[in-house]
Amino acid sequence: MHERRHMLPVWFFIGVLLTIYGIIILITAIGEWSHPTAVVLAQYHPGIWCGVLLLVIGIFYTVRFWPRSR
Amino acid sequence: MVMHGIPALLIVWQGVNRLITLSSSDLLIIGLYFAMVLGIGIYLRRYASTSNDFFMAGREMSAWVAGLSFLSANLGALELMGWAASTYQYGILAAHFYWIAAFPSMVFLGLVMMPFYYISKTHSVPGYLKLRYGEATRALSGISFAVMTILMSGINMYAMALVMKVVLGWNIHFSIWVSSLTVAVYVALGGLYSAIFNEVLQFFLIWLGALVIPVLGMIEVGGWSGLVSRIHERVQSDGYVHLWSTLGTFSGNPMGVHWTGVVFGLGGAIACGYWTTDFLVVQRAMAAKDLRSAQLAPIIASYFKMVIPLIVILPGLLALGVLPYRLVPESSVHPGLHSYNEVLPLMLARYCGPGLLGLGITALIAGFMSGMAGNVSAFATVWTYDIYQPYIRKTESDAHYVRVGRWCTILGVFLSIATAYFVTQFKSIMDYMQALVSFFIAPLFGTVIIGMIWKRTTAKGGFWGLFAGTASSVVMYTAVRINPAALRYIALSPDAKDMAENLYRALWSWIICVVVTVLVSLFTEPKSEEQLAGLVWGATKFPRAEPIPLWKKPIFWAAGVAILFGVLQWMFW
Repeated sequence: MHERRHMLPVWFFIGVLLTIYGIIILITAIGEWSHPTAVVLAQYHPGIWCGVLLLVIGIFYTVRFWPRSR
Repeated sequence: MVMHGIPALLIVWQGVNRLITLSSSDLLIIGLYFAMVLGIGIYLRRYASTSNDFFMAGREMSAWVAGLSFLSANLGALELMGWAASTYQYGILAAHFYWIAAFPSMVFLGLVMMPFYYISKTHSVPGYLKLRYGEATRALSGISFAVMTILMSGINMYAMALVMKVVLGWNIHFSIWVSSLTVAVYVALGGLYSAIFNEVLQFFLIWLGALVIPVLGMIEVGGWSGLVSRIHERVQSDGYVHLWSTLGTFSGNPMGVHWTGVVFGLGGAIACGYWTTDFLVVQRAMAAKDLRSAQLAPIIASYFKMVIPLIVILPGLLALGVLPYRLVPESSVHPGLHSYNEVLPLMLARYCGPGLLGLGITALIAGFMSGMAGNVSAFATVWTYDIYQPYIRKTESDAHYVRVGRWCTILGVFLSIATAYFVTQFKSIMDYMQALVSFFIAPLFGTVIIGMIWKRTTAKGGFWGLFAGTASSVVMYTAVRINPAALRYIALSPDAKDMAENLYRALWSWIICVVVTVLVSLFTEPKSEEQLAGLVWGATKFPRAEPIPLWKKPIFWAAGVAILFGVLQWMFW
């Protein structure tokens, strides 16, 4: 997103939200490691994988598009 | 109609338990999403102070932002819940509404039509019609678009409330008001900036939240061959997993359509009508920073459109193969039964534990709200520029029109709330959408494309062609409702089913529009060459592009989409 009048780019907001989501999902999944919820394929711990993915994407966008002073 | 629908719906709700209980992490994820979209709207308020900013996002979007929002504006309830439901009903044939519906038309918009929209510097599609044909056509188009977009907004609102009812056990009226007021706030504050920002955000959430289903689902069934086996066991029919081979006859496939209807009705009239003239999506491309970006936006979007069946069509097929019970039409739902429209929430509940479920629900909510926000922002733009400014208050200040736009956004939301209750009368959300599209969009495409490629088209030809096409579509629709046997004449086959009516009705209304436009034009006075400058082939000087590498040109990426389309058709023939 082209910065206009120091407008924060949309990618920054995406990064922040995905980072927070990644932390929440990862913590929840780790907390459930020994007693996963009774859903299909719970043994694959999809929450761990998804949480890591969200963290990676979120941190990348947050750092890459962090507002810098002009 | 509304008063009859609500009591019946309440009877259904009393017997429906919520699908799942959300954990605190799920609720936190959902709550953070609402906080973020409202925060974005509040933040962007300061940047949406002029009409160019509020309605067109300053016309400075990059191709990627314009492209992702172009796609996300369409990625609402209709895509997420509706097509998953249609896939459960009709099988992989529903993928046609992505592949043949999206690819040719989105690329056509980028390569052929976008130059005229962009060079003419119009604010909207009805605005282009005013330049090309005059006020009467603009008014007809603007009013019909305003009506249609509000109805579509109502669908999004209803679908979101349905998800919250099924999953959270929330009262449907409460859900409608919570979601709609949130959209009203952030769009009224930040205008198109806010709508686009949230659409790009929602694109990421939709993908990340919904991807869990196809990944885990394919693991459960053991890949595509395993899924096909399971579907064969359930429905004892080959028609659910083949894209083209069952379309030789109306009776040979679950949808009851013929390949001519798919190619010409869907791929031609409906898809081109929607993707090239629906201002909801075209507005996003118009907001691009230059012509090349405006052309690239729909082409970029078409790549992602090709892949969306992964999170929409595949879950519908998976549900057909793995759910231990059959889903039923909306009208047949009783306590203990689930409707087609609940496919995605049911699949989320099947695979997602705490945290992931919240992300999946947020993805659904995000999809619904982006659809509604897109409709409302487009409605506000068309109302302000194509109805209010030309016919009500012509010479007000720029700040006045921005205020009108903000209030119109809120008005649009309240009108959407009223229309949401009408959706409960239809068995499938997608059937409703297709009926609406065929009323207005197919004839409009005829009017716009004829105007863009034929200098001889006159103002009276454009108006009467659009009127005739729209009226004929309404007449055909009414005829079939009164006497279902009339469908055999519209679809030219006694074996045609409901979906075929939408496809062929759109095709006929487009043909009628074009024929009437041509005939009337031949007997009326055309505009001069000078008046047509920038509006039609042969009278437009396109800006000389700077030399750029082939891979940066829109035509290069359009060719890639064509190849991808061909491969997909072959794979799932």
